Amino acid sequence: MAKLSIRNVEKKFLDQDHRVNALASVSFDVKAGEFLVLVGPSGCGKSTLLNIIAGLEKADAGEVLIDGRLVTKPGPDRALVFQDGALFPWLNVRKNVEFGLRQKGIVGSRASERAHYFLEQVGLSKFAENDLYTLSGGMRQRVAIARVLALEPEVLLMDEPFSALDAITREDLYVEVQHLWQDRGSTIVFVTHNVREAVTLGDRVLLMASDPGRIHSEIPVEILRPRHIDDVDVSRIAQQLSQAMRHGRETYSQEIWSNEQFEKVDLLRGVDSPLGDHS
Amino acid sequence: MLFPSPWRVAQTMGNDFRDGSLLSATAISLRRVLIGYSISLLVGVPLGIVLGRNKVVEETLGSLVSAFQSLPSICWLPLALLWFGLNDRAILFVVVAGSLVSIAIAVQDGVKNLSPTYVKAALTMGTPAWRIYTEVLLPASLPSILTGAKLGWGYAWRALMAGELLFVSLGLGQMLMQGRELADMSQVLAVMVVIMALGLMTDRVIFGSLERHVRRRWGLAQA
Repeated sequence: MAKLSIRNVEKKFLDQDHRVNALASVSFDVKAGEFLVLVGPSGCGKSTLLNIIAGLEKADAGEVLIDGRLVTKPGPDRALVFQDGALFPWLNVRKNVEFGLRQKGIVGSRASERAHYFLEQVGLSKFAENDLYTLSGGMRQRVAIARVLALEPEVLLMDEPFSALDAITREDLYVEVQHLWQDRGSTIVFVTHNVREAVTLGDRVLLMASDPGRIHSEIPVEILRPRHIDDVDVSRIAQQLSQAMRHGRETYSQEIWSNEQFEKVDLLRGVDSPLGDHS
Repeated sequence: MLFPSPWRVAQTMGNDFRDGSLLSATAISLRRVLIGYSISLLVGVPLGIVLGRNKVVEETLGSLVSAFQSLPSICWLPLALLWFGLNDRAILFVVVAGSLVSIAIAVQDGVKNLSPTYVKAALTMGTPAWRIYTEVLLPASLPSILTGAKLGWGYAWRALMAGELLFVSLGLGQMLMQGRELADMSQVLAVMVVIMALGLMTDRVIFGSLERHVRRRWGLAQA
């Protein structure tokens, strides 16, 4: 059984330009231990989709299942790493990590031991007692990751967590996240608009298109890990994905892509997947 | 004499200190303002948080709160006198009426301007909705609570002085009026200096250090 199942999820939402946009019947499964990346242009509803999985927004139709259980409200089994970290400035680093544990009823030395363990995992144990403002953007995002890892979620959700960071920090974090994911065997759903990032991190990339928001195509990425963003294979697949994304935009009025175009996109992978969900 | 020399004012102040009248008036005024202000804080902060978070409460109570805010606190005095009579409770009521609403409004604004991701993050980490108030909104709005507290302190102090000036009831306000009745300009100025000094002291010592602490924690100040 799939760890996470998205079944015919539909949702009207306002995009960044405050236009009404919609997710049109999106369905996919995520296997346990899989690193799935949703990539697409702004307005395709990828963040909305992630919020629905997190339980922060309600779908107009369809359902989200974790291990077959229906998900209706937010919970620590689907902890989310936000773009800006959403760390709490009134708490120091360790207490930020302990916050979620306290909600679970884990307090005192058990909580601080666990916080230290996870801060160690992200290389920040020395900064446990620091105030947040003393940390760089990359360090903060590491704290945010430690904070959700400490909750040991069934599925870890990440909403463009590295988009506000500089390139070098970001590249370090790509490697770190891959290590953490491999060591812990987490299931991750990661949202980004950065195609290279998607290919660097994902076992499988779902390319989304907008008007209406939908899954355009599915690309398995079978490159050895840990991958770097400038690996040749990563670049090559990313290039194809960008092309597909651009093409998707130019021809969005076309209902369905022709097989020919699709093969061009995914020539090297030889994937035989459906052309997304057109309804 | 329209303007006594600073020396005369200092002298009068010295005398008033020595005979205890200035100290007891200060003590009485401070006691009143502290009690009234504490009530305003204890009610105003939670009220502001709920107003900022809860749409229903905001839509029902919001305009009432704004209307009260536009009412100068001393306008409550006749009502207070009718309700409580000529006593301390009437004064306290005016102080509370003058400061509570301004605290609530400042806190409400602060809560509304909070990044929504704080609440979202807490929800995804398993905080139940009813605990969002104490786990997130209260600590997150600390900077605006401080602003509200500072504002409220000013309003409380003003309301108190107005109340004390308008009816005989001991305290610094009455001492000020006494100076006027005796045409003792140096006493009037001496009391005014004391009032200003008290204001400056609370602002610098209490609010100043609290603000520094909060700003440092939030990383808003580098000095």
